[in-house]
Amino acid sequence: MTAVTATEILEVGVDRRPGLAVVRRALVSPRGIIGLTIVGALVAIAIFGPVVSPHSPTEFVGAPNSQPSAGYPLGTDQLGRDVLSRFLHGGWSVIWLAAVSTAVGIAVGTSIGLVSAYMRNWADEGLMRLMDVLLAFPPIVLALLAVSAIGPKLWLLVLVVMVCNVPYTARLIRTAAQEVIERDFIKAAEAAGERPLRIMFTEVLPNVTGPVMVETGLRMTYSIAIIASMSFLGFGIQPPNADWGLMINENRLSLVVMPWGVVAPAIAIGLLTVGFNLVTDAIARASAGIGR
Amino acid sequence: MRRTVIRRILWGLLTLWVASLLVFAATLALPGDPATAILGREATPERLAAVRENLHLDQSALSQYLHWLGGVLTLDPGDSIVAQKPVTDVLSDRLVNSLWLTLVAGLVSIPLAIGLGVLMAVRRDGLTDHGLSTGTLVLAALPPFVIGIGTVVLFSTEVFNWFPAVSLVPPGTSVWDSPDVLVLPALTLCLVVVPYVSRVMRGSMVEVLESDYVTMARLKGLSERRIIWRHAVPNAIAPAIQAVALALAYMAGGIVVIEFVFSYPGIGTALVDGVRNRDMPVVQFVVMLIAALYVLLNLAADLATILVTPKLRTR
Repeated sequence: MTAVTATEILEVGVDRRPGLAVVRRALVSPRGIIGLTIVGALVAIAIFGPVVSPHSPTEFVGAPNSQPSAGYPLGTDQLGRDVLSRFLHGGWSVIWLAAVSTAVGIAVGTSIGLVSAYMRNWADEGLMRLMDVLLAFPPIVLALLAVSAIGPKLWLLVLVVMVCNVPYTARLIRTAAQEVIERDFIKAAEAAGERPLRIMFTEVLPNVTGPVMVETGLRMTYSIAIIASMSFLGFGIQPPNADWGLMINENRLSLVVMPWGVVAPAIAIGLLTVGFNLVTDAIARASAGIGR
Repeated sequence: MRRTVIRRILWGLLTLWVASLLVFAATLALPGDPATAILGREATPERLAAVRENLHLDQSALSQYLHWLGGVLTLDPGDSIVAQKPVTDVLSDRLVNSLWLTLVAGLVSIPLAIGLGVLMAVRRDGLTDHGLSTGTLVLAALPPFVIGIGTVVLFSTEVFNWFPAVSLVPPGTSVWDSPDVLVLPALTLCLVVVPYVSRVMRGSMVEVLESDYVTMARLKGLSERRIIWRHAVPNAIAPAIQAVALALAYMAGGIVVIEFVFSYPGIGTALVDGVRNRDMPVVQFVVMLIAALYVLLNLAADLATILVTPKLRTR
């Protein structure tokens, strides 16, 4: 702990808070610990679930909507498949789809934000107007529009969610970067004749890691929400695959008879987004220096 | 100030126009022959011909776009492919239903959110603040459909069987004929909006309560109630107005999923059904409607911010 404190003081001295120190501080805060535990548990279910699953997620094992019993601890769904097995198989899809759309969205959005902030000219104006157009659609509506034309394809879903992530990230990083660009060391780098792209990514970017990390957490939360919503609407993961959002859609009409098919995946999706949001909040507090 | 306002309005219109290009592009993105893509392989030649004529598919892309845009602007966007009657006939009742839902949710949630935000700021770092902050943080993270499912589980099946899980509104009747269908969808919308707006209000209020003039008012011996409601809230409300407009805009997207949860007969379920049936005229019109609402609300937020911020108002 002493070592951490010492580096922290040093970092504060030069007004730089590199990612590692912030993350370390965030992860020892109560919210960080709780959030990380929740996320860790659900990711573990998603990864190891298929290994320990008692049945195949697509096998018809009993009468439709049977009540929980020793063989089927969460009962069977409306087609007679084991709810527990489908639950254990159903987490991975939403997590990896959301992770890919977040990672690419953050990379593209951060680049646009940096370029925009650095350019300060018509390119900046043009890029930001383009972002405004994308912000004119709620993400779920944009996703529905794309699916209506091309059909429920997974690559399309990832692409749309990524595109929806870009404008939020670009705007935020632009604002954060604008402040950095005003500082003297950027002028020094310019005077030293460094190329603009080099300045953006080696001088400006390391100074906006805080906002980038917070934004990553936030985008991950929303990406999970959009992808799960699309599966819930029937336009994401397609039957007979097992997926938490799809399970809720399939079983919602038999909610009264057999609640587990809806309640278990709904709780899992809810916990996943809440967990990510707690981690995000912890990082935001730590990078703002209010970490508790 | 007038120049700023006019510029914002023009940007809003330009944004909408570019958005319309994007929405129209969906028709061009249909794989293969658009009419066959929409109707499926078993379609009769007559139906295919009708759809081609409806969407002007025999003409150039530019001409298709102009026909479509003209239709949208004159509120006559052609016939629904499934219902085979004008899109506006299909949507008018549903639009009214959606507006009632949004209105009820807005009237309940916005004063509540502002009140909660003020309460959290006044009780800052106290038990009330911590409880509400954590609660709103959790709610804010939940996808709207999970909240919707939660209200169904809680209020219409397992625990309390108080309200219908499915909002049945027979065609031609108003939601007010059986207002209980509104309760759970509106509650869900409120639970989606309140956390966001109240958190913004809290942040803005905390800042104002720390300002010099509030200290001054305290030193003058004004009552705490007067300080909060007469001096602090009016100054803290500017960021909250932005948040309210964004929350209303968010509702426009949120209702799509929430209406589907409750099978509430609004434009959201119309959009989902339209996507399922590839009913492009309905889909594109609803998407344009939501985009217009979104741009309008963002514009309203900007203008309201200008009006309540003296520094911007006098420029």
